[in-house]
Amino acid sequence: MSAHIQPVPFTKPEPPISPEKEIVESPFRDFVRAFLRHRSAVIGSVIVLSFLLIAILAPFITSYEYTARSQALLQAPSVDHWFGTDEMGRDLFTRVIYGTRISLWVGLFAISGSIIVGSLLGLIAGFYGGWRDTMISRIFDILLAFPSILLAIAIVAMLGRSLSNALLAIAIINIPTFGRLMRSRVLSVKSEDYILAARAMGMKNRRILFHHILPNCWTPIMVQGTLGFATAVIEAAALGFLGLGAQPPEPEWGTMLADARQYIQLAPWTMIFPGVAVALTVLGFNLLGDGLRDIFDPRMKQ
Amino acid sequence: MISYIIRRLIMLIPVLIGMSIITFSVVHAIPGDPARTIVGDKATPAQIQEIRENLGLDKPAYIQYFTYVKDILQGDLGTSLITKQEISKEIKPFLAATTELAVVAMLIAVFFGVNLGILSAWKQNSWFDYTAMLIALIGVSMPIFWLGLMEQWFFAQELDLLPSNGRLDPRMEFDAITNFYSIDAIIQGNWYAFQDVLLHLILPAVALGTIPMAIIARMTRSSMLEVMRSDYIRTARAKGLGEFWVIYKHTLKNAFIPVLTVVGLQLGLLLGGAVLTETIFSWPGVGRYIFDAINARNYPVIQSGILILATIFVLINLIVDLLYAWVDPRIQYGKGE
Repeated sequence: MSAHIQPVPFTKPEPPISPEKEIVESPFRDFVRAFLRHRSAVIGSVIVLSFLLIAILAPFITSYEYTARSQALLQAPSVDHWFGTDEMGRDLFTRVIYGTRISLWVGLFAISGSIIVGSLLGLIAGFYGGWRDTMISRIFDILLAFPSILLAIAIVAMLGRSLSNALLAIAIINIPTFGRLMRSRVLSVKSEDYILAARAMGMKNRRILFHHILPNCWTPIMVQGTLGFATAVIEAAALGFLGLGAQPPEPEWGTMLADARQYIQLAPWTMIFPGVAVALTVLGFNLLGDGLRDIFDPRMKQ
Repeated sequence: MISYIIRRLIMLIPVLIGMSIITFSVVHAIPGDPARTIVGDKATPAQIQEIRENLGLDKPAYIQYFTYVKDILQGDLGTSLITKQEISKEIKPFLAATTELAVVAMLIAVFFGVNLGILSAWKQNSWFDYTAMLIALIGVSMPIFWLGLMEQWFFAQELDLLPSNGRLDPRMEFDAITNFYSIDAIIQGNWYAFQDVLLHLILPAVALGTIPMAIIARMTRSSMLEVMRSDYIRTARAKGLGEFWVIYKHTLKNAFIPVLTVVGLQLGLLLGGAVLTETIFSWPGVGRYIFDAINARNYPVIQSGILILATIFVLINLIVDLLYAWVDPRIQYGKGE
């Protein structure tokens, strides 16, 4: 069928045993095996995936609109309203479900932002050292000089209350966490033999940085990113609760809790469900993050 | 050690400058017209002009900044737009309230956190260990403002066990001397008030102390486990010491250094958590002061409140660092980080 001339095989001779019968060892398989064996990682990822599914499938899970008001004010949980209704007669279940979207978006964008900016700064600081390191490290010090939620409050107070400003604030306050982590990772990787070898071969800085150092620094960043996601969700809810994040009628969990405060006696469910949602999401990311850390931390490996 | 202290203090200078720039920006770098944002949309041009002159917003930015720093160094934290009082005076009772709350929260966190951690390490992989670590995990995952709300609902509303708002029964006659109500009550020998102050402290302090407690418990456990594997603990056991002494005397002593650092850092973080806790429990502390200022667009108060809490935070971290270096001589003084 093919008219091509087959090239003369100058490759290695066939291995004596066919590869299928061998146990294929790959880092990825190692990881999957270790992951599945790690109870909290599995539980965490199940929780995280469930919330992800809830966020994606929100319109299919509930038949209500999250802004739709009704005459049924502050109704207790029932068949019609699984989580009850709030002070405007809105279905709480629907609002909690749609709230998942907001929280996950905020977590995703804020943490991606802090990872990108933080890693880049940390990479530069660790790799080049000198005045760049001093300057960047001082910036991290300054950002860490505030209890994080206070810094977020300061930023939002300055820029104005909105979900996007809250997101920006959360991204900023988490930058130093990733920056410092990356910097210390780079410092230790930089002195490894393979980097010296790359340098001896005459490789350019940029290639060493992005092809050799960066890939070897990702793991702790990923672990921290998972844990940071949890923090971001809490921070978003906290800002929302203080009235600095999402504004009504957006179904953000923290904002819902702030509204629910007045009805603590009349309708405790308006307070219980959004809070449980925050706590569960955070728990999921924490479990997953802890699990990933155990798996990736070489000291914990058997 | 002295050179380390000096170096550490010098390192503080750029941090403090950076901090002042950030808090300065809260008022002076509001995008658009800061004066208009501060007085709101309904203000007349005359009011806007007044604010602009009051806060010096009509001058160039660098002059505004230097005036701001000069004022801070002279102890002038500005004037509240609502009460027209000097913030540096007005904030004192709030600061005392926050300190009292934070200290009690930390005591709760250390007591329960350390003991939970020790027992978990001692009975590693037992049901106790698992339960304690699960509680700790839930503790770090729970938003404290939600925990506070649930406490209010359950212990104050449903069970009617504990007071859920404020520092003291408002009907009680009470003179604040130091503004640390528990100390004031003791000074005055007013035991009834003392009891009431303690009851008011329980719910907010537990809410505020939960996260540090969980973190301390986890830290203590892992630190204890590490030390328990060391040779001198085996020796202590080999010479026939009782398990209690091995754990509480020999192991804890050596496991405590990392725990101490966590305690210090968490004490600083409590200041951030205070904004949320105080808001929920109507606790008249700096956090509540800032929260009310946010709602009233009282920008100078937001600015100075944040500056004060951040300064305390930095000082606590400094003290922790120095203590750490003092307690553990193995630490290389200031060689990198």
